[in-house]
Amino acid sequence: MRVLYFAWLRERIGLAEESLNLPQDVTTVAGMLQWLRGRSDRHMAALANLNVVRVAVNQDFARPETPVSDRDEIALFPPVTGGKP
Amino acid sequence: MTCQPEIRVQRDDFDPGAELQRLTAGNPRIGAAVSFVGLVRDIGGSHGAGASMTLEHYPGMTERQLMAIAAQAVERWPLEACLVVHRFGRLEAGDRIVLTIAASAHRQAAFEACSFLMDWLKTQAPFWKLEETGDGRREWVEARAGDDVAVARWKS
Repeated sequence: MRVLYFAWLRERIGLAEESLNLPQDVTTVAGMLQWLRGRSDRHMAALANLNVVRVAVNQDFARPETPVSDRDEIALFPPVTGGKP
Repeated sequence: MTCQPEIRVQRDDFDPGAELQRLTAGNPRIGAAVSFVGLVRDIGGSHGAGASMTLEHYPGMTERQLMAIAAQAVERWPLEACLVVHRFGRLEAGDRIVLTIAASAHRQAAFEACSFLMDWLKTQAPFWKLEETGDGRREWVEARAGDDVAVARWKS
C-alpha cells in the first residue's frame, strides 16, 4: 500500500510518502487511520484530530467505511483550501 | 451530444482572453460565454514584499477531480464548451490562479455552470495553500466553512 501525505500532514509526519503492508485485520479507512496513528509519535501528532484529516483511496475521496487493501494508493491531507478565511 | 470538458493543471500563467477566443471561435451555436478568473489577494493581510502563496496539489487526483466536476457541469447544463485551468506552485498577490469558462447557446446555462464549477472546485479540488509573509511567517490556510455552504445550493 502506497500512502501519500500532503500539506501540514506531510510536515508533521516528516514523510511525503511511505510504502506499507496492512495488517490482516485492517480493512477500512477508519481502521487504517487508527493503525497509522500508532506507527510513531509523529504519526500520532499529525493524526491527532481526525476532523481535519481527509482520505482519498485511488484518487477518490473516501469515507471511514471505504475498504482499503495493499493494492491501493492512499492519500491523507487536510480539508482542501479553496479560499482564505 | 454533450461537449467534452477541457481540464489543465499547470504551473504557468494562462491568458483568459485567448482561452475565451479559442473556445468560442467558429462555433455559431454559442450565444453566451461566461468566464471566471480567481486571483491571489493580499497574503497574510499585507502586501508586503516577499509575501507569497504556494499551492500544493495531488498530481493525478487533481486532474481526476476537476474532470469529474466538469463532467457534472456538462451533464447538467447544455454547454458548447467547458474549460478549467488551475495553477499550482508559488504565486504572488495579483497572480491568476484559476480560470473557468462555460459557453452555451443562452446565458442562464453559462452563468449557472460557471458558478457551479467554482463552488465545487473550492470543496473538491485537492489543493492546499501555504502562505509565507515577507517577515518569515509561514502558515497553511484553513478550509472555509462558507465553501461547504456555497456548494450545498447546487444539491437539489
